[in-house]
Amino acid sequence: MNVHEYQGKEILRGYGVATPRGLPCFSVSEADEAARKLGGKVWVVKAQIHAGGRGKGGGVKVAKSLEEVHEHAQKILGMTLVTHQTGAAGRVVKRLLVEEGADIRQELYVGMVVDRATQRVTLIASSEGGMEIEEVAARSPHRIHKVPIDPLEGLTAGQADQVARQIGVPEGSIAEARSFMQGLYRAFVDCDAALAEINPLVITGDGKVLALDAKLNFDSNALFRHPEIQALRDLDEEDPAEVEASRFDLSYISLDGNIGCLVNGAGLAMATMDVIKLYGATPANFLDVGGGATPQKVTAAFKLMLRNPAVKGILVNIFGGIMRCDTIAEGVISAVREVNLHVPLVVRMKGTNEHLGKQLLETSGLPIIAADDMADAARKIVAAVRGTVGVAA
Amino acid sequence: MSILIGKDTKVMTQGITGKTGAFHTRLCRDYANGRSCFVAGVNPNKAGENFEGIPIYGTVKEAQAQTGATVSVIYVPPPLAAAAIDEAVDAELDLVICITEGVPVRDMIATRRRMQGKRTVLIGPNCPGVITPDELKIGIMPGHIHKKGRVGVVSRSGTLTYEAVGQLSDIGQSTCVGIGGDPVNGLKHIDVMRLFNEDPDTDAVIMVGEIGGDDEETCARWIKDNMTKPVVGFIAGVTAPPGKRMGHAGAIISGGKGTAQEKLAVMEECGIKVTRNPAEMGRLLRSVLQ
Repeated sequence: MNVHEYQGKEILRGYGVATPRGLPCFSVSEADEAARKLGGKVWVVKAQIHAGGRGKGGGVKVAKSLEEVHEHAQKILGMTLVTHQTGAAGRVVKRLLVEEGADIRQELYVGMVVDRATQRVTLIASSEGGMEIEEVAARSPHRIHKVPIDPLEGLTAGQADQVARQIGVPEGSIAEARSFMQGLYRAFVDCDAALAEINPLVITGDGKVLALDAKLNFDSNALFRHPEIQALRDLDEEDPAEVEASRFDLSYISLDGNIGCLVNGAGLAMATMDVIKLYGATPANFLDVGGGATPQKVTAAFKLMLRNPAVKGILVNIFGGIMRCDTIAEGVISAVREVNLHVPLVVRMKGTNEHLGKQLLETSGLPIIAADDMADAARKIVAAVRGTVGVAA
Repeated sequence: MSILIGKDTKVMTQGITGKTGAFHTRLCRDYANGRSCFVAGVNPNKAGENFEGIPIYGTVKEAQAQTGATVSVIYVPPPLAAAAIDEAVDAELDLVICITEGVPVRDMIATRRRMQGKRTVLIGPNCPGVITPDELKIGIMPGHIHKKGRVGVVSRSGTLTYEAVGQLSDIGQSTCVGIGGDPVNGLKHIDVMRLFNEDPDTDAVIMVGEIGGDDEETCARWIKDNMTKPVVGFIAGVTAPPGKRMGHAGAIISGGKGTAQEKLAVMEECGIKVTRNPAEMGRLLRSVLQ
């Protein structure tokens, strides 16, 4: 789960990680007031959306007067911000962060991730702040330093100081950088973060160490013990279809193709998407109905897929294990009747009670196309969709 | 011989009285030698009782001492799953298979750290388990699709593993190992591959991977230098968008890393025959056996 920059900074401040002073705003008048409250001569008005690249997209502006704060706030609030992470559709800005300007002497990078190879939280630091870390990794990998952190010891002073020196923190700021990084690690662990990125971390003219930006992402498996983080969820930043799916305990991700797919199991669902592509079409979604799909769940899944106007056909691929094929068949039949299905449907079923399931589909009188294996299913749905596309055109 | 488990393995179920644990323990007991293999259950609140004839003990240590069980399978809910693994590790069991999905990563980091230097082997969490056909099934896979044979299967996914098994219905499998879809877990592809390489009853291996991490690449490089048996592979997620978690906690392309294309390329470089068509896994495997 992602949170906004201002929320991430608030969490981090609780762990002694310094940030510029700032206030979240939901309207232009709130932005005016925030700037007055903060005082000073320079402010930064920052769009709050769950995506990187906001600056390049025009969502971060420096203001040198209260009037400029007002103008920027007016321009940014409500704008559709397009960045390399939002996709072409962009994201409408509904929240702002107004911050005091910082006197930046140096821009650095500090991040933390769970490294799968070492099975530890790993500190990643670089002297190249303000750039995408992937870009730095590709261009100058020697500028990236990684420190796996022993969960029993935490980030030690020795490790923190060494990394701080490696990325060029001036001697006078080493102690502050150490407590910054140690605070970041404590926040990461305490809050069950999956990713933390401070880019840039800045050293100010007077040697202070500040998080100028903050990106935090949390382990969704651990949210049960963090109601305070769950409360920060912003549904405006999520795909409505994915939000709706989560209500039915379905794992759904929107894609840009025209063949909806309904599968049990995440690996098989990805493989089904891949085989659709292999036969020349593109999947409209990833959808895992999980291990205990009831007819209600299958119906909800059909409705979800059909809400996407791009969907021109549906492929159901079920490997019945504990979940029986006849149960799924019943679910498919009632869903097709309930939604009054108007696009071709191919069903491939294998495993437990396969014959019973197929029989139910056949005798239902519904125009369901049966398939023997995944490849056959993909071929048939691609052909069927091409047919309907042809008719429509 | 098979790997990891066989007809003489003695198993305890941690979380035997929960809905999932009870359901699957029943199915496992009814499969092949399950009745003589599933010897104990663990539930601290129900010690002294029994689950349909299987005695329940208060701790893993007690279950082990009383029954000689050396393997545990865990179905306890996510908030308590890592602690259940810890208990089995402290009791020095040979093998722990954690089926539970949704275990917090932080808990697994701590558990894996505690396991350093300990003898216990972990499979999972978030996995379907392990089956040696016609001998013993420990986990949630449908037993009836399996058949005794000489092909090893290792996979990060559940139903995609069943798919591979289904395509091997004519020649059968030696052992099928689901290592699970979580980012921080026990055995990796490489560890299972080593076991298959040493197993006299395995002639070839199907390796099923998916996006996220670089376990498949690590395994592929090991195969190139060490494996004496043919391996074929499939990687799910060629069409997965970056930055999105595809159902499994570990199935995510982040920072451009962990793509299916990259994994397939490394596997091919290392001499592994790969297919981009998940319906062709079985046929490809049969082609390398001739």
